[in-house]
Amino acid sequence: MILQLFEGEKIRFAAFDADKDAEALSKWTHDPEYMRLLSPDPARPLAPFHIKKRFEEMEKEAGRDFYYFVIRAREDDRALGFTHLRWIEWNHGNAHFDMGIGSASDRGKGYGSEALQMLFRYAFEELNLYRLTGHTMEYNTGAQKFLLKHGFQLEVRRREALQREGRYWDGLTYGILADEWANANR
Amino acid sequence: MDNQLLTGKLTRLVAGDPDKFGELNAKWSHDSEFFMLFDSDPVMVRDAKRSGQFFRERAEKERPGAFPFLVQTLEDERLIGEGGLWNALSSNRDAWVSIGIGERELWGKGYGSDALNVMLRFAFRELNLHRVNLVTFEYNRRAIRAYEKLGFVHEGKIRGGMRRSHQRWAIVFMGILRDEWESANR
Repeated sequence: MILQLFEGEKIRFAAFDADKDAEALSKWTHDPEYMRLLSPDPARPLAPFHIKKRFEEMEKEAGRDFYYFVIRAREDDRALGFTHLRWIEWNHGNAHFDMGIGSASDRGKGYGSEALQMLFRYAFEELNLYRLTGHTMEYNTGAQKFLLKHGFQLEVRRREALQREGRYWDGLTYGILADEWANANR
Repeated sequence: MDNQLLTGKLTRLVAGDPDKFGELNAKWSHDSEFFMLFDSDPVMVRDAKRSGQFFRERAEKERPGAFPFLVQTLEDERLIGEGGLWNALSSNRDAWVSIGIGERELWGKGYGSDALNVMLRFAFRELNLHRVNLVTFEYNRRAIRAYEKLGFVHEGKIRGGMRRSHQRWAIVFMGILRDEWESANR
């Protein structure tokens, strides 16, 4: 039995710590490229005050149909990014996830891959979900490659669901079943 | 100018105060078949008072993009169903629509399709949206046929996104673009 769910090789999953993290998370929101790759909502810089308020709101929902982690580097404990499981439908065993690695200098180092594998283990072996759903945008080819590499399949293409840079883009939804993950990790 | 924006051939869309919503919802909640066709939440019998409380709270938390309606027959002004446009004010001009006819003796007579088409007209000609999405369930074949007839296009499936009656079912995603709706309703 695996008892260690929050410790990886290079990263760990931790709780949000308002004193330590609000500054870093606020800084990431000032990078419009990061914000546009993350979400279809308008990119908007947030002050540490807003970040703290959002986490207070999130904490009200946490543990019911919502779980979240701050991703930290083991080497110096700095915040690398975050991951959420939201809209958990317990009766159907489905949840949606988000993930971001905040600083450009921390991307492409395998932190996201390790975090996703830890998130799979948490979703499938702790929350006992049947499947996991992820969303991205047509222009985010990095996320598409990342999801496919980790066993997700493209399930839904919402035509022209986004407008950015004066044109339309499709919204993409990916899914992986717990069995598919387990078979790939046997 | 269209002065009958919220009126169709069989139905019109009206506002419902939370207590009215609660009363109807409580009545319809006792028909588990209706609720399984309508929603992925676990079916549950509800009483009018607590249901009214839920809709009052929903109304207070409602974000600006929510447009809930009750469906009324033109013939005898009876309230027979509910629907709405959700997340309808966003930079992507993309929204979600829902429709349910709670009065089961009126199923299959075109009331739901009529009310849904009125909501699409409202979405495309008043809210000026670019597209509208909906989800339904693989086992709701009547709904899928009705949506196809109105011009919705299949955009993908969440594999095994729900479990009901001892079986896994896909969640079906459909979408319609403004141009598609306009050419079908010329």
